[in-house]
Amino acid sequence: MKAFLSGNEAIARGAYECGVTFAAAYPGTPSTEITENFAQYDGVYAEWAPNEKVALEVCIGAALAGTRAMAVMKHVGVNVAADPLFTVSYTGIEGGLVIVTADDPSMHSSQNEQDNRNYARFAKVPMLEPGDSQEGKDFIKHAFEISVRFDTPVFLRSVTRLSHSKSVVSLKEPVGAGGSPGIRHNRDKYVMVPAMARLRRREVEKRMSALREFAESFPENRIEMNDPSVGIIAAGVAYNYAKDVYPDYSFLKLGMVNPLPEQLIRRFAADVETLYIVEELDPFIEDQVRAMGITVTGKDIFPAMNEFNPGIVENALAEGKGSSQGLVIESGIPPRPPNLCPGCPHRGLFYAAGKLGCFVTGDIGCYTLSFMKPLQGIDSCICMGASVGMAHGMSKALGDDGKGKVIGVIGDSTFIHSGITPLLNAAYNRSNAVTVICDNRTTAMTGMQEHPGTGRTLQGEETVRLDFVRLAGALGVEHVRVVDPLNIQETKTVLKEELANEGPSLVVASSPCALLKMKESERESYYYTVDPTACTGCKICIGLGCPAISWRSFEGDGAPADQEKRSKKQKGVAVIDALLCTGCSLCEQVCTFDAITEVRRNDG
Amino acid sequence: MTGDTKSILLVGVGGQGIIRASDILSVALMHAGYDVKKSEVHGMAQRGGCVSSHVRYGQKVYSPLAKEGGVDILLSFEKLETLRYLHYLGDGGTIIINDAEILPPAVNLGEQNYPSGIYERIEAMFSDVISIDAYTVARHEGNIRMANTVMLGVLASRLDISDSVWETVFTESFHGKIAEQNLQAFRHARNA
Repeated sequence: MKAFLSGNEAIARGAYECGVTFAAAYPGTPSTEITENFAQYDGVYAEWAPNEKVALEVCIGAALAGTRAMAVMKHVGVNVAADPLFTVSYTGIEGGLVIVTADDPSMHSSQNEQDNRNYARFAKVPMLEPGDSQEGKDFIKHAFEISVRFDTPVFLRSVTRLSHSKSVVSLKEPVGAGGSPGIRHNRDKYVMVPAMARLRRREVEKRMSALREFAESFPENRIEMNDPSVGIIAAGVAYNYAKDVYPDYSFLKLGMVNPLPEQLIRRFAADVETLYIVEELDPFIEDQVRAMGITVTGKDIFPAMNEFNPGIVENALAEGKGSSQGLVIESGIPPRPPNLCPGCPHRGLFYAAGKLGCFVTGDIGCYTLSFMKPLQGIDSCICMGASVGMAHGMSKALGDDGKGKVIGVIGDSTFIHSGITPLLNAAYNRSNAVTVICDNRTTAMTGMQEHPGTGRTLQGEETVRLDFVRLAGALGVEHVRVVDPLNIQETKTVLKEELANEGPSLVVASSPCALLKMKESERESYYYTVDPTACTGCKICIGLGCPAISWRSFEGDGAPADQEKRSKKQKGVAVIDALLCTGCSLCEQVCTFDAITEVRRNDG
Repeated sequence: MTGDTKSILLVGVGGQGIIRASDILSVALMHAGYDVKKSEVHGMAQRGGCVSSHVRYGQKVYSPLAKEGGVDILLSFEKLETLRYLHYLGDGGTIIINDAEILPPAVNLGEQNYPSGIYERIEAMFSDVISIDAYTVARHEGNIRMANTVMLGVLASRLDISDSVWETVFTESFHGKIAEQNLQAFRHARNA
């Protein structure tokens, strides 16, 4: 049977078909849908873990108990999971363990574009790299076979362009649960104290040596001999771009990118006249091929950053032949960056915080989008959880000068991911920084996933709900306040009071995500409108940056008809789009001329 | 590009139903016997960002992305987004434009103007340009949210896919009465 699946759906399907029964993950674009889809199959267990380190450790436990387990994360998640990763490489596993890393070349939805193939070499773990959905489904099966056969964790590397592309996939019946669960004591293998780790270290070398041999005959490492004047070594999506524009050249298509099949590469290099390596990001294959003493062209003509597309590959290869074409690209088109949604509770928080003249350390989530004009709500964003530690560090470094001047903001899911430890640190070391949890009761940025603060599991079942206030108390944070960020005045007052306090403070700005409210049909029964006879065109409401509010100049194309000026200076009026307005009331709160009023919806 | 592979690029703004439309289009092409790949970036779409979805079909498709200058049909759900992606269209390509304006943030803030003379700029470069007010048509058909279906209908008038394939795909993609309503709007737009 054929289906049209995304890379993520296909990886989930492949795992199910080959008997994987266990998955743990933390949501992260572009990896999130793998776990969401996998969880829907019969007879499997899947969970959201608070972060990637925990997800991997949970999967190591499951694999040691003899099941086939899959830990899923985005590229930067592997940084968080790196600690267990490097040592499970020594111990090996019992049941089967695959770590899916979904990289994000071009940083469509990430803070960096690290090339996680380097982790495979660094941690001495084999890595497979599929190029489309069919391969995603096939390669996850290969990954588990290799894991079991060589007693090793295995990486499966996706990229955004695989995870979020769709293509035709043949479905197969599942083989039933793989592995044989049970308790097996094997302390020599799993207790990594120095004496035993040294013994396992040798096993790692033996294993990688066996895998190098395996790579030579692995059917997904294959030569496609054609016109021998040009040979291209490529893997994953880059292979498909190159194959699309140069179908007549010869290819060495690598399904396994670590370890590399040296003899196969040498044979291919000998059979072609000019050898190219087409790979996105780092010269990962190229450096190793050069180290074999083979002459190759790679990053000297291909970009070392951002994702490729067929045009980039075509032009880079054609450049020498002078056949690359110029294109007329329209300029001056207003950009359309992603924005905080109409009704987003973060808008109220950042509008209030923006009036206090503080340095605001930010974090990873929807609220990061507040950095744009007009809110310009955050001054930094490094990684998950960084806001809390950075605010404390900055506050300490500034001493008295920093008092009342530093705020760290972090989302609810991000706080649970890696904000708890730095908050403990802030309490322990008597910080003067104020930490704000933007609690919108979901993992909004990745598409509404549950987390320990929502009180529901991945499957939507009720579970224990983390109480931020009680947690902060237990960590030693004395001042803990809860505010509604959709009440600007209250939020501003509470922030001011906490900034004035001695010692660490936590403010929980609690209001559900606007999309979550829409999903749960909790839309307000009214919207807001601008009374054009009262609007003075002061633009204060425009300062909220709400997509539902626009400025209409009296002179432009979209000028409102028959508009009367309230003063000679007035240049236009604000207009609210009734379809987009969610009735959050922020604009009504900031308007000083009572020009914004509530209107009941007719459509219920 | 490999011999017979065709490329359709759907562009617009998050929330316009573009990803849904490209899914329906792709599955219809698959049912019509083609190999199909499609690609877009998710994640930011719900937050008002621009959305583009590449759909490629043929005997055997490698890349899910079309190259710039390699697109056969540009299906644009918003006027200025047409300009943003115009360089993707190949010589002699077709443009189908929803005659709608959705203001970007810089225009909302009064910092920039919505570009003027969009049709003139497009028609100076391409001759096969179709404009349709998909929102109005969809409203007449019973629901403004079917604008993406109307756009698909116009596109389908340029594709060789049988009506029975479309019927199957619409029936699979929507429930009961909504499927019927969408199929009817689709057929009206295609046959207009």
